[in-house]
Amino acid sequence: MSTEHALTPSSYIEHHLTFNTQALGNGGFWTLNMDTLVTAGVLGLLTFGLLWWIVRGATAGVPSKRQAAVELLVEFIDEQVKGIFHGDRNKFVSPLALTVFVWVLMMNSMDFLPVDIMAWIYENVLGQDHWRAVPTSDINTTFALALAVWLLMIFFSIKVKGLGGWIHELFCAPFGSNPLVWPANFLFNLIEYVSKPLSHSLRLFGNMYAGEIIFLLLGMWAATGLVGTAFGALLGAGWAIFHILIVVLQAFIFMMLTVVYIAMAHESH
Amino acid sequence: MNITFTLIAQALTFAILIWFTAKFVWPPLMNAIEARQKTIADGLAAGERGKHDLEMAAKRSAEIIREAKEKAAEILANGDKRASEIVEAAKAQAKTEGDRIIAGAQAEIDQEVFRAKEQLRNEVSAIALAGAAKILGREIDAKAHNDLLEKLVAEI
Repeated sequence: MSTEHALTPSSYIEHHLTFNTQALGNGGFWTLNMDTLVTAGVLGLLTFGLLWWIVRGATAGVPSKRQAAVELLVEFIDEQVKGIFHGDRNKFVSPLALTVFVWVLMMNSMDFLPVDIMAWIYENVLGQDHWRAVPTSDINTTFALALAVWLLMIFFSIKVKGLGGWIHELFCAPFGSNPLVWPANFLFNLIEYVSKPLSHSLRLFGNMYAGEIIFLLLGMWAATGLVGTAFGALLGAGWAIFHILIVVLQAFIFMMLTVVYIAMAHESH
Repeated sequence: MNITFTLIAQALTFAILIWFTAKFVWPPLMNAIEARQKTIADGLAAGERGKHDLEMAAKRSAEIIREAKEKAAEILANGDKRASEIVEAAKAQAKTEGDRIIAGAQAEIDQEVFRAKEQLRNEVSAIALAGAAKILGREIDAKAHNDLLEKLVAEI
């Protein structure tokens, strides 16, 4: 926590919710949230590097415990995908689901780190005044993931049904191919295409952002005296335990929606 | 809470991670898992086949044993029959041989008896003739009394 500022509740919250930005040119849209990018990048590098290191020596014989652990994860993902997507899932869809699940899980898990201790470390060890450690509580991350999935969805729609087939579906589903219902169909599909990435990204963002805020509020309460500290610690522990569920559940939901959207793109109506 | 270029950068990171996972993480592990599944399936199939083969072999060996027993019993029965046949044949042969020997001996005995009788008869006639000559004190003309002598010899 910054010691230069006077410590008020609003400055405390503001401090914790300010991004470490890097302007590219004249600011506005052209800024980078370095904390989000670096944390997400380092987590991605570490996790997928670890997975790669483990599967590099994968054996078809008796697996090592490391390999068995990764196999459990991979088979869990594959099992979920198998129930939803019917096609050659090994080529793209299952790896995509694994990437989404593991990466989002790791980014969400940054929420487990105690906010103020980490803020102290970021400031005094890494020399960063502001550092928001949970990339998924940055709407840029969740929108980036959701829009990437959205683009993949459109890509697969066109790839499977052809451009004509996709446009035909935009106008002729779900109500039928009568020209009278074309506007209704198109409106429906438009709403669907807009709502999918919004609900996909905002669900994850909302959960993680709210989780972070509650940790901050409990931290503030803990600073109000002995009773506040006791309750803050107790409720903080409770919330952290509950958060284990939220973190995993949200990562899982995000992955399942990704698979569902991609699978729907493969189906013709 | 602004949408910034961060979004694009994060999407790029995401794309790289997807590519990395799809190329370097997923395939080797899936290949290993699938290879192992195949090995296990093959092993199970081989085990099943072995069990089946074993059952077949057991059935066949039981069959063979049964056949062998039948054959042995048959051979034993044949042997018994043959043995009794041989014994019967030997008995019959021995009997005919014995009969033949007995008949030969009987014939020889009869012949011997006949010869002895003949000799005895001749000797008796000679003795009778000599006795008669002594008694009569004179020569008996054998030729003249041949009929009588013949008669005498026949009577002895």
